[in-house]
Amino acid sequence: MTPPAIGATRAAAQLYLDGVSRSFDGFKAINGLSLAVQPGELRAVIGPNGAGKTTMMDIITGKTRPDAGVVLWNGDTDLTRLDEAAVARLGIGRKFQKPTVFETHSVEDNLRLALKAPRGVLATLLHRRTADEDARVTALLEQIRLAPQRQDQAANLSHGQKQWLEIGMLLAQDPALLLIDEPAAGMTDAETMETAALLKSIAGARTVIVVEHDMDFVRALNCRVTVLHQGAVLAEGSLDHVSARADVIDVYLGR
Amino acid sequence: MTRLIDRRTGLFLAALALATLAAPLVLPTHLIPLMGKYLCYALLAVALDLCWGYAGILSLGHGAFFALGGYAMGMHLMREIGARGVYANPDLPDFMVFLGYDHLPWFWWGFASFPYAALMALVVPGLLAFVFGWFAFRSRVSGVYLSIITQALTYALLLAFFRNEMGFGGNNGLTDFREVLGFSLSAPATRLALFGLSAAALAGCLILARAIVTSKAGKVLVAVRDAESRTRFLGYRVEGYSVFVFTVSAMMAGLAGALYVPQVGIINPGEFAPANSIEIVVWVALGGRGTLVGAALGALVVVALKSWLTATFPDLWLFALGGLFILVTLALPNGLLGLAARFARPRPRAEVSA
Repeated sequence: MTPPAIGATRAAAQLYLDGVSRSFDGFKAINGLSLAVQPGELRAVIGPNGAGKTTMMDIITGKTRPDAGVVLWNGDTDLTRLDEAAVARLGIGRKFQKPTVFETHSVEDNLRLALKAPRGVLATLLHRRTADEDARVTALLEQIRLAPQRQDQAANLSHGQKQWLEIGMLLAQDPALLLIDEPAAGMTDAETMETAALLKSIAGARTVIVVEHDMDFVRALNCRVTVLHQGAVLAEGSLDHVSARADVIDVYLGR
Repeated sequence: MTRLIDRRTGLFLAALALATLAAPLVLPTHLIPLMGKYLCYALLAVALDLCWGYAGILSLGHGAFFALGGYAMGMHLMREIGARGVYANPDLPDFMVFLGYDHLPWFWWGFASFPYAALMALVVPGLLAFVFGWFAFRSRVSGVYLSIITQALTYALLLAFFRNEMGFGGNNGLTDFREVLGFSLSAPATRLALFGLSAAALAGCLILARAIVTSKAGKVLVAVRDAESRTRFLGYRVEGYSVFVFTVSAMMAGLAGALYVPQVGIINPGEFAPANSIEIVVWVALGGRGTLVGAALGALVVVALKSWLTATFPDLWLFALGGLFILVTLALPNGLLGLAARFARPRPRAEVSA
């Protein structure tokens, strides 16, 4: 039953969703969603509230199990059988809509906890800091522009800084795919543009999927756009292409 | 970088060592077991703070682990009475003869050996915490729901241990102990030794707890407390960390119970009472949650207050305890240690000018 257009990309896709459905108390949050993302791609996912964007991320990251459909990683790993930690260990990082960092830890410790390393209890109990780790933390702090705040408690960062710290924590995991939920929410215009530039610089070496409402931000990303509506893909293509379509204008952009 | 022994831990350990050495010189011998009992409570508070203060697991059933450790030691002390009991039965404790047992139940086997009993004082609470935690944390039971089922756990054990058929002495529990390892429990030297061991156990567990919370694993525990889902999406299996800290904490509580019983001379099902477990939470909250040292201090302050109040104004104790809890919640969210830190902050300047 796989449509040929998607079937052709199944082997090449890094992340492959086909016919995924999930309902909550009869409400179909996701309804026959199909999506294929290539390695290194930068992809924006847009859509009105309730279109299923967050549920889609929950399904990919193992938080929610779909009622039906296929979710494959690199063509062979079934993500629907894994829990959050196992999905994260495959190299899939997720940033929440509301910035979520460890408030009572320092900025530096937030990054150290995220650094790619064995995650077991024994491994962390016996863990010793290494010069290599120090260097990686320093490099990440430069990249997310929080070097001066290295020792500050994360609770004291501004909203935008927390968003950046969380992106830094994702990068520290050295993920193959980053799922980023509304990174520009609550940011100033300048911060929004800087965030777009940061994500563009990350894509290529890693795959980046961004869920976003802010159309200026999506335009700045300058990438392929998927429009979700009522739990399924309504349109896909360049921003100019999808924003010219009458159905997209009707359900999302408005006239 | 966080040091294993920070300033306040160092100060506390020094004060503890000093007090332990000074106690036999300044206190009458009959007060030594009372001091030892206080130290066991302090150790119990450190155990609870390790899982509540750092991992956010508010156990309202830690008294159960304490009591189980106490029962394990009590069973050994019962066996050590031997044929010197009222019924002079070399194989059966008095209460079993009284209840008409004709042989020792299988779960009493081995308790004639001190090393076995000491091991069980750690293993039994540890195993219970592990199994309980395994099911609870894997099902992602947390917060107030977890607190309620820990409370139910200790209440269920209370009811079970009250039953004579359980084989643990029922309502009366285990008592009339005479000796431990051949040393009379009423001898001043034995009392001093038990008191010293309690102090050493408190110091040792405090250092162990510091080692855990200052390690990377300890930072993961705090991360779970602050943002559990973030921790999961970073690839940490939260339930593994929760089970680990809950089990270690339960074993510390078991050790405290095992040291407590020979000093107070009795263990009975009352130790499982839910109110006991709640009192531990008050100690930790009063001293300062997530500080370890504060938890120990909180326990010492509250139990000393309890000893004094229950002797002078016996009717007031529960009001005082409730009042303390309200006071801490409203006025001292960081406990006594938080209060001390607030006063201590300007001090370095004062020292310079002096």
